[in-house]
Amino acid sequence: MGDTASLLKEALEAIAQSSDERSLDALRVQYLGKKGSFTDLLKSLGKLPPEERPAAGENINRAKQELQAAIEARKTELVSAALDARLQEEKIDVSLPGRRQSKGGLHPITITIERIKTIFAAAGYDVAEGPEIEDEYHNFEALNIPAHHPARAMHDTFYVSPGTVLRTHTSPVQVHVMENGQAPFRMICPGRVYRCDSDLTHTPMFHQVEGLLIDEQVSMADLKGTVVNFLQAYFEEEMPVRFRPSYFPFTEPSAEVDMGCVSCGGKGCRICSHTGWLEVMGCGMVHPRVLEMSKVDTEKYSGFAFGMGVERLAMLRYGVSDLRHYFDNDVRFLRQFN
Amino acid sequence: MIICQSWLQEWVNPEWDTDTLVEKLTMAGLEVDGVSPVARKFTGLIVGEVESVGQHPDADKLSLCQVSDGKQSYQVVCGAPNVRAGMRVPFAMIGAEIIAEAGEKPFKIKAAKLRGVESNGMLCSAEELGLEEKSEGLLELAGDAPVGADIREYLNLDDSSIELDLTPNRGDCLSVRGVAREVGVLARKPVQPPPESVVEATINDEFPIKITAADECPRYLGRVIRNINQNVTAPLWMQEKLRRSGLRSIDPIVDVTNYVLMELGQPMHAFDYTKLEGHIDVRLAQPEEKITLLDGKEVTLSEDTLVIADAEKAVAMAGIMGGLATSVTKETKDVFLECAFFAPLAIAGKARGYGMHTDASHRYERGVDHSLQQQAMERATELLLEIVGGEAGPITEATGNLPAQTRVSLRFPSIPRQLGVEISNEEVVEIFERLGFGIAELNDSQVTVDVPSFRFDVTIEADLIEELARIYGYNNIPLGQGWGAQTFAQPKEQELEISRIRDQLVALGYQEVISYSFIDPALSEIVSEPDIEPIRLKNPISEDMAVMRSSLIPGLLHTIRYNANRQQGRMRLFESGLVFSRVEGEIHQVDHIAGAVMGSRNPKNWSNNSDLSDFFDVKGDVELLADLGRLGRELRFVEAEQKPFHPGQCARILRTDGTEIGVMGALHPAVQREMGLDQPVLLFELDLESLKQAQIPAAHALSRYPEVHRDLAVVLDESVSAGQISALIHEKAGEFLSDFRIFDVYQGDAVQKGKKSVALGLTWQHPSRTLSDDEVNAIISSCVNALQEQFNANLRN
Repeated sequence: MGDTASLLKEALEAIAQSSDERSLDALRVQYLGKKGSFTDLLKSLGKLPPEERPAAGENINRAKQELQAAIEARKTELVSAALDARLQEEKIDVSLPGRRQSKGGLHPITITIERIKTIFAAAGYDVAEGPEIEDEYHNFEALNIPAHHPARAMHDTFYVSPGTVLRTHTSPVQVHVMENGQAPFRMICPGRVYRCDSDLTHTPMFHQVEGLLIDEQVSMADLKGTVVNFLQAYFEEEMPVRFRPSYFPFTEPSAEVDMGCVSCGGKGCRICSHTGWLEVMGCGMVHPRVLEMSKVDTEKYSGFAFGMGVERLAMLRYGVSDLRHYFDNDVRFLRQFN
Repeated sequence: MIICQSWLQEWVNPEWDTDTLVEKLTMAGLEVDGVSPVARKFTGLIVGEVESVGQHPDADKLSLCQVSDGKQSYQVVCGAPNVRAGMRVPFAMIGAEIIAEAGEKPFKIKAAKLRGVESNGMLCSAEELGLEEKSEGLLELAGDAPVGADIREYLNLDDSSIELDLTPNRGDCLSVRGVAREVGVLARKPVQPPPESVVEATINDEFPIKITAADECPRYLGRVIRNINQNVTAPLWMQEKLRRSGLRSIDPIVDVTNYVLMELGQPMHAFDYTKLEGHIDVRLAQPEEKITLLDGKEVTLSEDTLVIADAEKAVAMAGIMGGLATSVTKETKDVFLECAFFAPLAIAGKARGYGMHTDASHRYERGVDHSLQQQAMERATELLLEIVGGEAGPITEATGNLPAQTRVSLRFPSIPRQLGVEISNEEVVEIFERLGFGIAELNDSQVTVDVPSFRFDVTIEADLIEELARIYGYNNIPLGQGWGAQTFAQPKEQELEISRIRDQLVALGYQEVISYSFIDPALSEIVSEPDIEPIRLKNPISEDMAVMRSSLIPGLLHTIRYNANRQQGRMRLFESGLVFSRVEGEIHQVDHIAGAVMGSRNPKNWSNNSDLSDFFDVKGDVELLADLGRLGRELRFVEAEQKPFHPGQCARILRTDGTEIGVMGALHPAVQREMGLDQPVLLFELDLESLKQAQIPAAHALSRYPEVHRDLAVVLDESVSAGQISALIHEKAGEFLSDFRIFDVYQGDAVQKGKKSVALGLTWQHPSRTLSDDEVNAIISSCVNALQEQFNANLRN
């Protein structure tokens, strides 16, 4: 049966030559299909003498099996080659930048206020907000600053109309909360405040966070603990903190708070004017007259208040050197905080 | 206030160096703002005596002097006009060194030839010693200055001027004596008692004093001094003390009153006696009464202003400034000295009301010791007679309603309650005694003290606790920890935190800005609608910061322009904060959040196209914000025409219940051009309270049955809005419609002009069964019919 052997040889060569799955499939049809060469061979068995037929048939079937196996093997080879080719073709430059929206960001003042809020929220303080156009009573009188008081001169006040001002501090928010609620109180009041003053170290608008805690058994020791814990949490540093007697009409005793300079570690540098100390906030025990005016029972309750300038804390924390950067809103400055 | 350290040391000297003194004062609440030396640094200067003065042979303006150091004589060339034989002056000998500015190299005095004549040293002016900014001639020392003595020692120049930033409650420290009292308390050192001057009257002249305003003027002392000689200057020691206290020497009378002011804290005033008529009356100003003050300004007095008047007119604004007409001049021979106690409430705020601030008003409004006047008057008289001579009359005193002795009690349990520290009763008493408080009563539960007249700031228990804390030391109070009961946060789930909204905007690429709440009225005009009345400030810092913003958009546009002028082409900005307006006379302050977008939709990138952002980019951002509260589907965007928007690209944003939450759109091209912006700007502004409203999620069971989806394409008039189509579909598509979206809008060659093709995708799902094709087909035909009827729509294909 030279035919079978030569046909097999021819088919195997063709399979080895085939370059893709489609041509391989065509070869399968050509040799093994219903009208394929080997089918024809089987059909032609009838022409052989009967005694030769079994051997010839077996021969053809063996060749078919061999061919089938060769096709399968070739197919596996081709699939794998095609995949390799595709992978090669799909290779990308992973160092090209990604497709994205630009990065937005929060203003450093917002970042700072949020940080302060987070610290006090964990200590159980509520956040209270209030109007920025305020009546003089809430901005001054209710805080023990009568009209003639010398402290009024320290608050260069913007007037909207007689008796109506832009708040000079966020303390009036505390008055509103005390007037409308019942002790105990524990809150911080962040927000914009306004003073009619503009130079290198003053902007006519700035931000404060003031805090108030009124409860039974609240003392100056608690105030000190609160302030020190806050500053060490905010700056993530155990710097020394000192309290200097000072004066605010709405607190007594009153204190200015200095902390060891976070820039030089207290050795003295430009940031701390070579004193080793940075003035960071004011605080004190709430003045009994302020409590009385807001209908808080001073025999039962006492409390403390503190206030800080957000711009200053942000300056110290992030190394901002010029106050005016905050409100120029140059995006090249703002993006440094993104 | 500036205080001279050596003057202070005359009163109390704990032998602290300057740094220690500064530290102690600061920590006691008398904050030191700065310390400056009273003279330049120099060595080798002595008191020299000019023995003779001759003319320089070759220079008209130079003199040839012989100067003695007490041992030998030196030839010195001198250019000062006031040099004369016999005077004693600072003499910089050869080898002397003067440092003009800290850190500079010293200037060395060497033997030199001036116009050919040898000069062995230099005679010095006050300027060269650093005592004055600018001097005319040599500094003339006293006639008895010891020749040869070191100038630094003789003039006591190793001294400091200490600037104190005193808080308004510490008026008692506005003098050397006041600060000395404080130092004495801190150092536990006795303080020198004030000089007990008594000047007997040598003439009988008295000028009658009447106090009409008895509450405002509790005490008024007057004294006539006649025949003074004004052709003298105050002695150098007095001028120096004044200078080191920040006061310039003017004339002997002003110098003496200033000296007493600084020494004792008592303001005084001198009138020209001959210009006063009849008597002194301390009264309130009469209606429309006018006075011309010492500084030449004419003031119309308000009726609550306390004045010193004579029989005819107001002659001084009490406690603030004297009048010009009765002021002391060079020709004055007879003076009337005033030394009064005016009640703080009568003076407080008055000077400020007239736009004035004087050393006197500064002290009177903080409070002056009401027992001090007699002593101060005697002291001033004594000093004045020493300098200008003359004869003094007796002191005339009139009193009004003097303050009563203040007596305050401190309950011992209040101390730990307020301060959180136990201080023994003995220590408490000791501290008050040191402070000069009298112990009126003492028992186990409380101490009652008599407040000294100089501590007018102490009236209630809290004031005593503060004093106690101050002297005990704030920094000796421990750090407390525990307070109050445990509390729980109460997060409101139906109100978004603003931080959620801000963070979402940041994630969308927006940069937060913070702009001033007061803006340029011209910028305010850009957005102002006729029904919004902007709020103007009465006293703006400048005209371009004069109006409170009624919208956040002007600030954003200002910021866009600021940055566009700095080569920034692509920006996404937002701001949140209050906006202000007056509605029917009432001030409204509402929280808004607003954004502005300019430039390409995406940052420039190798794979992106550079299409500009448009209305729908920003609308998508607004929808996402509204979706934070899960209320996004309830928004409607309705065409609007509003400043400063493009009339065809502006929408009011409403909730389905009709409440308006904001507005958005493209900036009007005319405004854009006016602002010099070369790209379109998209804007949105939302009411923050509305935006914060949120729905608590309500979960429902998931349907196990398949969704059915159908797409429709209809051709209709281009004027029919997507909103109208959506509303109709929602009405007609039945309750099981689970999703609806418009997924294509086409206008172009394939549809007739004036028409558009809109592709709609509808999805239904039933919670408890499979929807049949028939059901869905029926719904579809009802939708199609409705679209045909209402919008004349045709099904495409």
